[in-house]
Amino acid sequence: MYQYDRFDQAMVDARVEEFRDQCQRRIEGKLTEDQFKPLRLMNGLYLQLHAYMLRVAIPYGTLSGPQMRALGDIADRFDRKYGHFTTRQNIQYNWIKLEEAPDILAALAKVEMHAIQTSGNCIRNISSDHFAGAAADEVTDPRPYAELLRQWSSFHPEFSYLPRKFKFAVIASETDRAAMRLHDIGINIVRGHNGDLGAAVYVGGGMGRTPMIAPLIRDFVPLDQLVTYAEACLRVYNRYGRRDNKYKARIKILVHELGAEEYTRQVEAEFAHLLAQNIEPPIAELERIKAHFAQPAFMPGDVETSQPDVGDGKFAVWVDRNTHPHKQSGYASAVISLKPVGGIPGDATSDQMRLMAALGEQYSFNELRVTHTQNIVLPHVRKADLFALWQQLEAAGLGTANLDQVGDIIACPGLDYCSLANARSIPVAQRISERFAANGKGDTLGELKLKISGCINACGHHHAGHIGILGVDRKGVENYQLLLGGSEAQDTSLGKITGPGFSEDGIIDAVETAADVYLRERQDGERFLDTYRRIGMDPFKEALYG
Amino acid sequence: MIILTGNDLKSGAVVWWAGVDWSLHVAEAVDVGDQAASIAAREEAARRVNAPYSIDALRDENGVRPAHIKDRIRALGPTVRPDLTLKPADPEAGNWVI
Repeated sequence: MYQYDRFDQAMVDARVEEFRDQCQRRIEGKLTEDQFKPLRLMNGLYLQLHAYMLRVAIPYGTLSGPQMRALGDIADRFDRKYGHFTTRQNIQYNWIKLEEAPDILAALAKVEMHAIQTSGNCIRNISSDHFAGAAADEVTDPRPYAELLRQWSSFHPEFSYLPRKFKFAVIASETDRAAMRLHDIGINIVRGHNGDLGAAVYVGGGMGRTPMIAPLIRDFVPLDQLVTYAEACLRVYNRYGRRDNKYKARIKILVHELGAEEYTRQVEAEFAHLLAQNIEPPIAELERIKAHFAQPAFMPGDVETSQPDVGDGKFAVWVDRNTHPHKQSGYASAVISLKPVGGIPGDATSDQMRLMAALGEQYSFNELRVTHTQNIVLPHVRKADLFALWQQLEAAGLGTANLDQVGDIIACPGLDYCSLANARSIPVAQRISERFAANGKGDTLGELKLKISGCINACGHHHAGHIGILGVDRKGVENYQLLLGGSEAQDTSLGKITGPGFSEDGIIDAVETAADVYLRERQDGERFLDTYRRIGMDPFKEALYG
Repeated sequence: MIILTGNDLKSGAVVWWAGVDWSLHVAEAVDVGDQAASIAAREEAARRVNAPYSIDALRDENGVRPAHIKDRIRALGPTVRPDLTLKPADPEAGNWVI
């Protein structure tokens, strides 16, 4: 994985000391809150419902063992012994003291991490496929390109004050595991007709109050022109994106209002202009970055090609659900679920973080990944080691076998933590997972992606859930809308609201009712989403509202 | 009644105006009447509080209860982590929020 060079380290270290001075001046009254707020946000420090919250960037979700261990240690030293892994592959700490924030950033810098550009109207942390570099179905590892874009976008002077925040996703497989088309720019690295790799570029997707699926604006950008093309996309947005209304300021609104064809025409004109200026980073820089993502020293594939048959049914279920095919024979990617029955989606204790760090070092070539679905991946595990790994996970409460099942719920922090939220998300997630564990239906439903947001900003990706739940405030009382039919995979679709909302108790029943309709109507091999697409909304509405 | 709340500048902790100083406990909040803006401005200038704002609340036999659920959660702590709230030993604390 990527390691800082002296320029990276110097830049991050300097930023820590700059922020230390800014915090001190705020505490001494030399800066007002109005002056200080944009400075702290540029360093990922929010003021949330209960305290300051620090959002730490995890570039494309990739972590080393020492980095994960440092995150656990920070939770112990500066927070309340836990952290929350987010739907942007980041981590958030909920109980930060202003006077200690610079020390946290210093601790992060020691392990080549920071919180820069995790807030504000700039290019945010670039997300990617959590199986990148390991997936059997990828055409290349997308992370070197994500890293190149990260370096290009870090402190980019032209894009520090965009009309609104801006999010990239980079993948390199037909299967989309990163909600690519629901980003401001989605990049899918593909193989062209002549065998060369290039980028299919999608622009103008997003969730929030105006969900949109990004249209394809160019099906093949040579990879040695990728940064130039991204710059052209951003330039058109920076020039014409609306700054008069924050609810219409995202690039999806610009692309929608101009039309994809006209937006593309403007991007192509800007691209031609920029090509002549030769702004693309030198190939040598890309090659330097690529060298950091060289394949680990896998053992030869003929040594071991399958996990041992240990006669443990629970383990077999975990292997079936929580491992993913690896490009290297004899290996698998293992997903550690942060969704135990009744647990808080995405939360991990400091002890769990340290254990995962150790397991990553022992079993996965010192690599871990954070998924946008709020789980952790050990990308390179020998199949022969899976049982030993699972035993240690089980003992630590991390062995839940529910990947992509109804209990693997995405949930934003909601009104329990977030000052923007209108309703609580986490208790709803907890009750749903408990309900389906207790009634046994969870094991019969197969793939069912359930996503919950506590407000219209959609951090919980409710638009993209096979079943989505949106919490709203109805005259001071929490109320929950139910959506069906969303997907953030390669068959991207946006869920539709079933009808009137439900109380907290009612939404738990409503989800079970929708699941029952599926169980009644499904045909062989159909997922919940397939059945919904075949039979439509009416049978579900009939069951929900009579 | 109208009460005043904000966050402690250094710790970020939720605080409530208790008449002469800030308290971590909403039960100690006092009615600020039409003085909310002036108290907030004075306290913010003195850097004793950050982002203060006033809210409606009710006083009953159980103490002071903010009118909106968001402020009741601020007063108690996250309902999903009772161990981290101001009333970790009270199994009924979560019901107070709802």
